[in-house]
Amino acid sequence: MRPLSLRINQDTVETAAPAHWTLLEVLRYKLLLTGSKQGCDKGDCGACTVLVDGKPILSCLTLAATVEKREITTIEGLMPLHVKCGGEGPDPVQAAFDRCGALQCGFCQPGMMLSARALLNANPCPTRAEIREALSGNLCRCTGYTQIFEAVELAVAESIGVAPAPRSWEAQRMSADEAQKQAKLAAQKLAEARSREQRP
Amino acid sequence: MSARDQHGPGAPWGDKTPGTLENKAFQVVGKPHRKVDGLAKATGAAVYTDDIVLPGMLHAKTLRSPHAHALVKRVDASKALALPGVHAVITGQDMPIKYGVIPWTPDENALALDKVRFIGDEVAAVAAIDEDTANAALKLIDVEYEVLHAYFDPHEALVRHDPPIHEDPKTKRGNISKHVHLAFGDVDAAAQSAALVIEDDYSFHGTTHTPIEPHCAIGQYSADGVLTVWSSTQITHYVHRALARVLELQPAKIRVIQPCLGGAFGGKSDPFSLEFCVAKLAMVTRRPVKMLWTREEVFYAHRGRHPMQLHYRTSASKDGRVSGVDAKILIDGGSYSSFGLVTTYYAGQLLTGPYDFPSYRFDSTRVFTNKPPCGPKRGHGSVQPRFAFEVQLDQIAERLGLDPIEIRRKNFQGENTKTVNGQRITSNGFAQCLNEVERASDWKARRGKLPHGRGLGVAGSMYISGTNYPVYPNKMPQAGVQLKVDRSGLVTVFTGGNDIGQGSNSVVCYIVAEELGIPVDCVRVVAADTDLCPVDLGAYSSRVTFMVGNATIDAARKLRRLVVTAVAEHWNVAEQRVRMIEGVVVDLEDVTKSLPYVEAFHLAEEKFDTLGSTGSYNTPTLGGDYRGGTIGASPAYSFTAHVVEVDVDEETGRIRIEKVWIAHDCGRALNPMLVAGQMEGSAYMGAAEALMEEHDINRFGLHRGPSLLDYRIPTSVDTPELAALIVESLDPEGPYGAKEAGEGPLHPVLPAISNAVFDAVGVRLKHLPFTPARVLAELRAANSTETQAVSAHRGRN
Repeated sequence: MRPLSLRINQDTVETAAPAHWTLLEVLRYKLLLTGSKQGCDKGDCGACTVLVDGKPILSCLTLAATVEKREITTIEGLMPLHVKCGGEGPDPVQAAFDRCGALQCGFCQPGMMLSARALLNANPCPTRAEIREALSGNLCRCTGYTQIFEAVELAVAESIGVAPAPRSWEAQRMSADEAQKQAKLAAQKLAEARSREQRP
Repeated sequence: MSARDQHGPGAPWGDKTPGTLENKAFQVVGKPHRKVDGLAKATGAAVYTDDIVLPGMLHAKTLRSPHAHALVKRVDASKALALPGVHAVITGQDMPIKYGVIPWTPDENALALDKVRFIGDEVAAVAAIDEDTANAALKLIDVEYEVLHAYFDPHEALVRHDPPIHEDPKTKRGNISKHVHLAFGDVDAAAQSAALVIEDDYSFHGTTHTPIEPHCAIGQYSADGVLTVWSSTQITHYVHRALARVLELQPAKIRVIQPCLGGAFGGKSDPFSLEFCVAKLAMVTRRPVKMLWTREEVFYAHRGRHPMQLHYRTSASKDGRVSGVDAKILIDGGSYSSFGLVTTYYAGQLLTGPYDFPSYRFDSTRVFTNKPPCGPKRGHGSVQPRFAFEVQLDQIAERLGLDPIEIRRKNFQGENTKTVNGQRITSNGFAQCLNEVERASDWKARRGKLPHGRGLGVAGSMYISGTNYPVYPNKMPQAGVQLKVDRSGLVTVFTGGNDIGQGSNSVVCYIVAEELGIPVDCVRVVAADTDLCPVDLGAYSSRVTFMVGNATIDAARKLRRLVVTAVAEHWNVAEQRVRMIEGVVVDLEDVTKSLPYVEAFHLAEEKFDTLGSTGSYNTPTLGGDYRGGTIGASPAYSFTAHVVEVDVDEETGRIRIEKVWIAHDCGRALNPMLVAGQMEGSAYMGAAEALMEEHDINRFGLHRGPSLLDYRIPTSVDTPELAALIVESLDPEGPYGAKEAGEGPLHPVLPAISNAVFDAVGVRLKHLPFTPARVLAELRAANSTETQAVSAHRGRN
């Protein structure tokens, strides 16, 4: 057994585990933070993703002892952190995933949402291509990713105060002009916000 | 009793005629509500099986066979038992009774009794203080095997049966798992009189589900003899029955609970070895026992889509009307029956729509081989034949110079009709699906006109919304629902239905809220717990929305009747004047009369006693009048059309899918956002089966790459753009007109890719998967034929 002093979700946690235990094992089996999931235990699926100093890492490939004193955020920590920073309820990423139907079985999503949170922290107005790239380490088997992209885009759209582009099944129920107009406006506002971000 | 007689596709309070798309009478249905468990899943609070920890819990691991086919001569666990920390070792002798999800084919043992039939077959299980100790103990179990000839080629298994994979003195079928031969009309006559006959071979390679959550189960055996099993299953009821059979326990002494489930896609439909093992080990040790499979074990447990070799002969008239379809299918079943009896029927029975053809014959044979067992995967049994037929239909269109969408329109069977094999078709929005994909993809302006290397392809399909064939024969309802009212105004729904991520618990909530006119968040669901919930046959065959939905409407209407009666009596008005809407109960003719719904519940409780209701659904009598005629008979069929746009790189052979337009007739979209999610997830999965995935067992019986890296499921950058286009045909018997959406939309994408590749580069891909090597080989073959044709032509000059 090795004593461990970990910074998890803004708390300092003193615990002990066998020296070969991964961060995922310590989180799930020692601390009962079971929101981080094990899908493969070898770094293929990304379901175990947590943030260490704000960057997404695979907790199933990370020895717990190597991340002592670093700031670890798990899915359980996202809402309390948001509330502590003056927000209400879940983190905007969590709320957007919920509202877009992105959570089917939900098993991959804790890792997915943390990857999305890290992306938005570094790049508040990503394009669809940048979203795809940032989430490519997190496998989802249910959604075909579309509603996940839409969720991240909803979180972005709300942060810049515009309605997101209509989804295919929404556009189906609108006039073609109306759908095009909404999509165009969303794209234009996003481009403006991106150029503001890029300016120092 | 059959709930289907009691309600039509209209809104509960609206007119009784089928509503339009924008039915204003609906309060909840048809709107993109959030899922009831969305935030629990978003915040990490949702509890999956492996998240459960019980005091004193042991961990179990399984010893698996290293041989594809062998007799088990001796198992010696004495050294393993002596290892400190090991609490129990069990072998086949501890659970000798065979089981199988289909009661007619019980051929599995929880642990091998005398024989192993594939690499990975379970031989022994250990319960220990932790996983490391259990793994160490596995190495100390001494097993003596006598290796037998192993079958990996289904053709060999078809003709050779010594040694047989399953000894079956009764049937003497050798290595044949199931054979079905059915003929309707005269296909040979149709072929003789046809203007065009196309005959060709097609094949499907085999794929697996890969839910991100590996299988997990926990067993607990109480001092008073009650066994509780938590399992990541999609069918609690069948696990309940199988446990009682194998462990020889009274069913009433068993409780099965499905916690939150991390994906299934058919791969968690069978009762699995680990469920029996944790139960038995808990009974032996009198401690809770958990078993979590590794990813590699999940690959070997398999039950995925069957490899099939398909031979099709289709006859057509000069104008493209199909007159006959003749199919011969060889199915590689792997080592056990699983759902194989049904698969063998589905391979033929589910092809008879959305097109009408007057003659049909199919001959399908499922053989055993020494590979991980195949089973049901999303679009069970019908994805492979659909691929073959839809490519063949395109070949006919090509030969006759017809537009591929036009030939599908021409053969459309229409609504309210009967298929050639006697299945009843009610609502049918296939023609509209074709219109939608044609419009959205700008087909008319672009198909056949894109630059070389780019192409568009189309395909169609149909699928069942549940089947009227319950896996074990009985006349009880297929779905039962119970409602309980609390004085706080909370309505709790108890359903045996399994929410596997598709959102069935949410659908149940929407329906109760709609019927009682109360907010969605005042309805909570307790599901998939055999102690608490009425029986439901589980999440398979796309039956849940249709059947559980109808049962929920039934229960809610009975409850509503009690409330309305009580309020009408209280106000002394006719019941027809009382309506429950938006959280209040109102008198339609006197606006001054209004009650919060909670007070109305209180009035009803005063009048009728403790408030609750039950509801159920059973299918009407369906199916053709012949042996097997009920298999594939569904109360409603869903229909789909896809158009796929591809880009083919002729130098590398790589196919890139630019976009998939998915039009699906789901009857009525109870929640269009959830329907779209099912459509997109289906199309993604099918596209991956065509281009990336292969469940390949090599000549030693080993999986080529049993990991999520080697078995290449698509990442977010591999997945094409997907456009979900919802078509609503309003089925007369579905809940508010709804049908299935979770499996049908997978089918057309595979043939549509092949058809698009033909449009792009002029080669027909008939064998899956479409790897770059295969595409290159086809391109080369086409080029050399072309060159030969050109030189022959020159020679003549």
